[in-house]
Amino acid sequence: MKLDRTTIAIGVITVGLLAASPLLPKWAMSLLNVSLCYGTVVLGMMLLMRTGLVSFGHGLYYCLGAYAAGTVDQMLKLPDMALMVAAGAAATGIVAAILGLLLARYRDIFFAMLSLAFSMILYGLLVKSSALGSTDGFNISAKTLFGVALVDDARRYAGFGITVVLTTLSAFALNLYLRSHRGRLAEAIRDNELRVEYMGASVRATIHLHYVISAVLAGIGGALMAINIGHIDPEMTYWPQSGEFVFIAILSGTGNVFAPLGGALVFETIRSFAYEYSPNTWQMVLGITMLVVMIFLPGGLWSLLQRRKPA
Amino acid sequence: MSTILHAKGLNKNFGAVTAANDINVAVEQDSVVGLIGSNGAGKTTFINMVTGYLKPTTGSIHFEGRDITPLKPREITQLGICRSFQIPQLYNSMTVAENLMVGIGIVASSGARWAKSNRLDVTPERAVDAMLEQFGLGDYRDRQSGLLPEGTRKLLDIAMAMVVRPRILLLDEPTSGVSADEKFVLMDRVMAAVREGKVTVLFVEHDMEVVERYTHRILAFYEGRIIADGDPAKVLDDVEVRKYVIGEAH
Repeated sequence: MKLDRTTIAIGVITVGLLAASPLLPKWAMSLLNVSLCYGTVVLGMMLLMRTGLVSFGHGLYYCLGAYAAGTVDQMLKLPDMALMVAAGAAATGIVAAILGLLLARYRDIFFAMLSLAFSMILYGLLVKSSALGSTDGFNISAKTLFGVALVDDARRYAGFGITVVLTTLSAFALNLYLRSHRGRLAEAIRDNELRVEYMGASVRATIHLHYVISAVLAGIGGALMAINIGHIDPEMTYWPQSGEFVFIAILSGTGNVFAPLGGALVFETIRSFAYEYSPNTWQMVLGITMLVVMIFLPGGLWSLLQRRKPA
Repeated sequence: MSTILHAKGLNKNFGAVTAANDINVAVEQDSVVGLIGSNGAGKTTFINMVTGYLKPTTGSIHFEGRDITPLKPREITQLGICRSFQIPQLYNSMTVAENLMVGIGIVASSGARWAKSNRLDVTPERAVDAMLEQFGLGDYRDRQSGLLPEGTRKLLDIAMAMVVRPRILLLDEPTSGVSADEKFVLMDRVMAAVREGKVTVLFVEHDMEVVERYTHRILAFYEGRIIADGDPAKVLDDVEVRKYVIGEAH
């Protein structure tokens, strides 16, 4: 396999973050954790956007991943981080494979609104479900990683470690996929579905596959967030959460797998500082940021680093 | 020569409008067939039915003896029937090379039998370079396809149909929108590629000079019917063709 610059950078950043973790203050580790979890979700959004689709309901899979992780911990009494993430990925993959059969038929605003509708259905189910804590959700506590017991700081570092490894692994796998023949179909479908079909490929099957991949990434992001935060609730599938993912995806751009990760970090940093220094108007700060990006960088922050194609 | 494509009793109605009326055509392998007729005569409807975009109201289409009438466009492509479009259908945000790479990738990544039989014996990058050279698109390799001149877009559109190594190629007005200077250059390149690949060609064309120069046989359409079928000289001299297609007064 030929290594590209992105793959090498992913390797360097993974090792760098893991090596630096003992030196990171708690606030920085927390900021990175949240950013990486969001970034993993937005990696999937990026794949959909490359295919010409925007999901307004990816909170569905983010929340489902978290609840699957929580169920493994609290109901099955298997508080292992790896198992929890695997459960999150599996649950979202199965649900997306089923819902994708319907969603792959729709485009544009219909796809966006249908995905939002499914996320709100989950919200409705969760707030009515007392066994799952209703609107309060429930706490979870991952106590082991691959069977090794974790206490105090070790648990925090393990949470950060598995987040770094799985996020960068997700970015690596997605980068590999996007460079493959199959992955190139994403942009081809966005540009011209008719031609894709007349070249012998199935547009619907490809969109279905991309939907499932994006859902699994959101599920992993949700499970990792649940492990790191230690609490889950139905707000994870409420529409503002899905809106945040769309916000980050537009802020980031779709040019490279680093875009969602960088975009999520920028988003979280702006939000944290805006909330700290301007607690009553932090939403306005984010709104102005989005306005500036859309006017001056319609291709997202990543477009600052991209070379233009010759005309 | 054996029959590669056989349309039997094709009819296509759009409400009260009859776009195809009892079309019966057998196309010989390796032949080049021109489809002529005024606008609305049924030429593109015929191509759309062969490629699966439209389903005939009645009748059937057979490719190498197999009934392909109910198949989807994708499945028909996989059997070896490919097409170009009157308005070039490109991936406009991609470069010329990337456009071709998508097609090569579809063949390379598909597990279907057609893809296995079409496996490349060179790397995809070399296959793209060979296509670019064959169609004279080398100078445009890294140019964004959405910004190309019309003649080049037409050529790329046809190259994309050829990239999956078809058995039959259907061209919908390959020289429309192309300047008089460029049209023979374009057709020469296309016909050279077609001969090299041993591809059977059906093409819709309004330019009688082009039709006469490149075809072995002409089908003349009028109001959904085939009014003349035969060698170019005979068809172009037909009284009905001169009246309804070419538009010459008596």
